[in-house]
Formats: sequence, structure tokens, C-alpha cells
Amino acid sequence: MKSLAQLFSFKGGVKPASHKVESADCPIRPAPMPARLIVPLRQSAGHTAQCLVEVGQKVQKGQMIGAAEGVFSSATHAPTSGTVVAVGPEAVPHPSGLAAPCVVIETDGEDRWGERTPLDWRGGDPEVLRGFIRDAGIVGLGGATFPSHIKLKPGAAGEFGGRIPTLVINGAECEPWITCDDRLMRERAEGILRGAAIMRHLVGAEKIIVGIEDNKPQAVAAMRAAAAALGEAQLDVVAVPTRYPAGGEKQLIRVLTGIEIPYGKLGTQFGVQCFNVGTAYAIHRAVEHGEPLISRLLTLTGNVARPGNYEVLIGTPIETLLPLAEPRADTNGYLMGGPMMGFTLPRLDVPVVKSSNCVIAASPALFPQAPPEMPCIRCGACARACPAELQPFELYWHSRAKNFGKAQEYHIFDCIECGCCSYVCPSRIRLVDYFRFAKSSIRAREREKSAADLARERYEFRLARDEREKQEKAAKLAAKAAETKAKLAAQAAATTAAADDASGEAQKLGAGGTASEPADDPKKALIAAAMARAQAQKAASHPENTEALNPEVQAEIQDIEARRAKLRETAKAAQPQDNN
Amino acid sequence: MLEAVLVMALGAVVLGAALGYAAVRFKVEGDPLVEKIDAILPQTQCGQCGYPGCKPYAQAVAKGEAEINCCPPGGEEGIRKLADLLGREFKPLSAEHGIEKPKSIAFIDEQNCIGCTLCIQACPVDAIVGAAKQMHTIIATDCTGCELCVAPCPVDCIAMVPVQETVETWTWKYPVFGIAAK
Repeated sequence: MKSLAQLFSFKGGVKPASHKVESADCPIRPAPMPARLIVPLRQSAGHTAQCLVEVGQKVQKGQMIGAAEGVFSSATHAPTSGTVVAVGPEAVPHPSGLAAPCVVIETDGEDRWGERTPLDWRGGDPEVLRGFIRDAGIVGLGGATFPSHIKLKPGAAGEFGGRIPTLVINGAECEPWITCDDRLMRERAEGILRGAAIMRHLVGAEKIIVGIEDNKPQAVAAMRAAAAALGEAQLDVVAVPTRYPAGGEKQLIRVLTGIEIPYGKLGTQFGVQCFNVGTAYAIHRAVEHGEPLISRLLTLTGNVARPGNYEVLIGTPIETLLPLAEPRADTNGYLMGGPMMGFTLPRLDVPVVKSSNCVIAASPALFPQAPPEMPCIRCGACARACPAELQPFELYWHSRAKNFGKAQEYHIFDCIECGCCSYVCPSRIRLVDYFRFAKSSIRAREREKSAADLARERYEFRLARDEREKQEKAAKLAAKAAETKAKLAAQAAATTAAADDASGEAQKLGAGGTASEPADDPKKALIAAAMARAQAQKAASHPENTEALNPEVQAEIQDIEARRAKLRETAKAAQPQDNN
Repeated sequence: MLEAVLVMALGAVVLGAALGYAAVRFKVEGDPLVEKIDAILPQTQCGQCGYPGCKPYAQAVAKGEAEINCCPPGGEEGIRKLADLLGREFKPLSAEHGIEKPKSIAFIDEQNCIGCTLCIQACPVDAIVGAAKQMHTIIATDCTGCELCVAPCPVDCIAMVPVQETVETWTWKYPVFGIAAK
């Protein structure tokens, strides 16, 4: 056991009231099947899955309905059997309240599984196993929904021998109110450790460390018992001090191993990866039972009469779950996630997704309305509380002034939005709101900039192409002109040679034109040649309708000609009179 | 006397050589100011400024031939950035060049498209695919919303559709709090 081993510490952190007792002793119960399931196609931090079903199609439980789009994506599955009734934008649990592509399934109540094919993970190719995990829709269930198969890919052979030596299993669950991971560890410890064993095999980890906050002694005991029963070597269950945000990925890694991971780097590069207990359990169900990720545990708590932990199908509308907990009359809103990092649900017809770990009913007594913001007094309390060792007050000033470049210089993207700074601020400034605003604005600008760069590149390419086409056309014309000129010169030479015995206007003109200045003025030569051709044609062709006329017609023509002459005479005679 | 002259002459030669070397070694390719201005412009390539593209407008601004307030897609923010960069006074967007509109992209009504290729020829960023007598369509991710394809269409089947906010592109709003009541 690791109990004697040295633990590290992270800076800062806060100790909010934990509120775990409300729901910690409620065993996991299955939530009732709703009539309709709304399954978003994008349930990972990566790309939206590609829809595989159409309206009217019957689906089976566990059938893939969205295929992973590229490497940085994850699949989605039908949580139960039924009929697809809609494919299109539906409201999703997001602070914006906007809609995103979803598959709506009308459940048939039979809950009929499709084919379940477990994978023999011990012998197979690790790439196949990673693909299997991606196609089982496994993403980080701690809340970030980062596709797990990417985290389970060891680095190149140079880094730690192509392995990830340390695997951290995150059972800290540091946010107040939430108890679903606690219950999972108490009730399904063996499954979690089996999942961890699969991950260890996949990345070649030497040791597994399970970190659990010491306010969950029963979970620690259950996990230790399961570890002993399973007999896995080098597997430690460690109780870490209870201090928010000990369950943050970077914080827990630091506490357990002393390794710090900078922003934008994967733990793989530092020989460590961290997975939520729920993710480990989901990998166990997927690989050893062939069940993709179609349900998750969710804590229903807050201002309710009957808090509890439920196993909920992905896609279950929140509003159908609420009656289970019997919210009290003075409930004035619902939070998804914990009170520190969660957000107020803008509407309740949104589904449970893979990142939803908790729904808290809010009341004015539990979550009093935030008092008005006061000016920053530069006390530095936020900097002392910041677990990322940033200077939140600096970030606040720059974000508030929309001075995003400066905010980035102060490493705003290292902020994990844990809310410790807002929690301790004596002026009650909601600093995280400013950081979220700044971060999303910076990301939007970067998107705009890359779009502008793309447009510039395409525009310049088009200009270059137009120019090239113009040149090609000019070159083609020049080549043709040269060819004609050469032909003409050859013709001219032949004509000059034959000029002596040639007769007729045409040849003379043609020969004269070309012979006078054959090389000096090619244009003139061309014109002359064309005229010569025209003359020759004219000379060669005779009007056919005046040939071989009979005498009568001839006489008639002469008659007409005579009349015309007479008319002309009269006109001439009349003109001088007019003038006079 | 001669020594002093020689020392000065030597100094001049050495400094001249150093400057000459630096001029070759650190030669600036192109006009960096044009690049900076071009980086601020939205690259819509719409020509509303009166120049055939963003780069020519950037060149004109750098030379002082054009005002900084002729770019409607760049909007007020773009004018402010240009004013900052060039040390010029901020001016509101010039009305004769157009008005600031929400970002839109073109959409071809495929029912009515006759496949004349006129829009393809007009598109400055090659964001329309199609061929003669074949239906055309817009590559939405490449469309800059310049509207240059709208006018040439003989059957008026191209419309500008404002870009909708999605969960991926949504941004947190600037925190605004009401003034506390007493």
C-alpha cells in the first residue's frame, strides 16, 4: 500500500462546504425509461460524430448511431431499442441554450440489446483495442469528455520506452454535492479496477495509483478490498487530502506523482495519464462485456426531498428525471455539474449527456443571489487560492479591459476555471466569468484569423492561376503566329520561284506583297496573303446565273439596262433645274 | 594631422562596410507595413473599398492613398485597429463604401441554378464548385461572404444567409451586472 509513500501538494485551493452527506448514502438506482431519448451526436470534446441512422429506422440497444469522425472524435450509440423519430438540431445542455445535431429515439420499452461482442484485450493489437474504445464511445466522464483512446496512446519509443509508466485513476470527486463517483467506487470497485487493468495493458503502465479524497473512507475501503481481491501488482489506492480542486486532472497528478503538466501538453509526454473512475468502469463494460457507453451515473441533489444517485441512459431529458428527486417548492433553477464549475441550465428539456454528472436544484437559501461586484482591492487572495499558480487579478484586469494579448501573456489558458478565485474574492468579483469571456473571445478571434488566412491563401492562389492562364494563352497564340509565319515564308519562297510563268492578278498581288518585305512586317504579309487568297477565290469563281442565257432573257436584260440608263439621264437633267 | 584623417577615414570605411553588410544581411523582403495592414483586413476580397482585393487596399493605405475607413466587413473594430497601427485618427465607416453587416455566406438555390458558371468566375476565393450546365454549390467553409457572386447570377438563385451561432462557435458574453438597488 502506498499509505506511507510521500504525497505532494498543489498550491492554493479552497475548502467549500462539501454537501456530500445529502446523497452519499443513496445507492445507485436505475432511472425509469423515458418515452423519448435525445442523443446528441457530439458528445466528446472532439468533432461531431457522423450520423448513421435515418428517421423511421429501428435501432437496437447499443447500436452505433454516430460514427467517430476522424481521430479526434468518438462514437455515439442508441441507449435503448426503439425507433428514430428525428435527426436534427435539438437543445443540448450548454450554457448557451443553443441547439446541436441530435438523434431522437422513441423508446419501445423492450430494451433489446443488439449484438454485444467483447474483445479479447490481452493478446490483441493495441491499435485495435484503441479503435474499439473509440467505437464504444468512451470519453472522459469526469466532465471534459476528452476522447479516451487519444489519451491511451503512448508516445514515441523515445519517450519512456513507448509506454506511459504511471496511470492515475481519479476518484477524488472534489466538487461539493456530487456523489456519483463515490457510489460507483463503493458499489462497482472491481469493475473500475478491471478497466484500469485494461488501460495498464494498453499503455504498458508499471503502476496504477487511485486517488480518492479522504472524505470518502468507505470508497477508499471498497477500492482497497477490490484491489486486494483482484491481486493486481503495483496498484495503490491513496487517500488524498480533501481540498478543492484536488480532483482536477493536473492537481491530482501533481499530488500523487509530483509531475506538473503545462497547458497544451498531454500527460503522455510526461509519462503519466489520468482517467476518471467512471471512464475506467466504462472501458471495463465495453471491452469485457461489449457494452458501449450508453448510460452514466448522475447525482440528483440540492433543494430536493429525495436526493439520489441514478444510472441514467444518455439522452434522457432532465425534466423527466426531476420528479424522482421531488424538488421543493422554492426551487428557482437547476445547475448542471457542481456549484463551482457547473452552469445554470437555460432550459430543462435538454438531455443527459456523457459529461453530466450532477443536477442540483437551486434555491435562494442554498445559492443566494450573488451580491453586487465591488472594485478589486488588490488583496491578492485570488492569487493565493489559484491552484494553477496564476495571478487572477492581473487576468481579471486584462480580460475586463478586453486586452486579450496581455491576458494570454499572463497564461489565461492555464486557467482551469475551477472558481477558487471567485470563491475567495472579498469584493465578490466573479472572476471566472471574465476568464470564460476572454478565453472564448480569444478562441473566436483565432477562428476568424485562420479563416482570413485561408481566404488570403485561396485568393492569392487564384490570382496566380489567372496570371498563369493568361501567360499560357499568350504563349499559345505566339506559337500559332510563329507557325503561320513559317508556313507563309515557305509559301512565299515557292511563289517567288514560280512567279515568272504565273499569270493573273491574284498571284501577282500575293507575290508582290510577300516579296517586297517578307520578314520586316509579318502583319502586313499576313494581310497581303489573306487578300491574295480572297482575290484568287474571286477570280476562280464566276457568277453562274449569267452564264449560258437564252437570247430572250438577254434581250430582257438589255431592255432593263436601257431603261435604267434613260432614268439616269432624266435624273441628271433634273438636278441642274433643282439647283437653279 | 594625417593620423587623425587616417583614423577618421578608417572609421568611415569600417562603419560603411558594417552598414553595407547589415543592409544585405538583414534585408527586409517586401513592405512590412503592407503585411501588417493586410493582417488586420478581413480578407473578404469583396472590393467594396474600391480596390480589387484586400492586399491592394492594404498597399493603398500604406502609401497614404486610401482612407482607413473604407472596409465594411472589417467594421469599426477593424478601423480602430488600423488607426492604432498607423497612428491615424479614428473615423466612422465611410457610408459610400457600404455598411457593416452580420457575417453571412452565400447559398445557391439548387432548384433554380442553371449551371452558367458566372458565379464561379466571380468568386475571388474559388469557393464555388460546379461546371457548365452542372449544378453549382458553395463550399461553406471557404466562402468569405463577399457577395460578388450575387450580382452576376442571371436567375437570382444566390442568397446571402447570415451565419448562425452554434454550440462550437458560441462565446461567453462580457459580464454585465446591474447597478445594485439600495
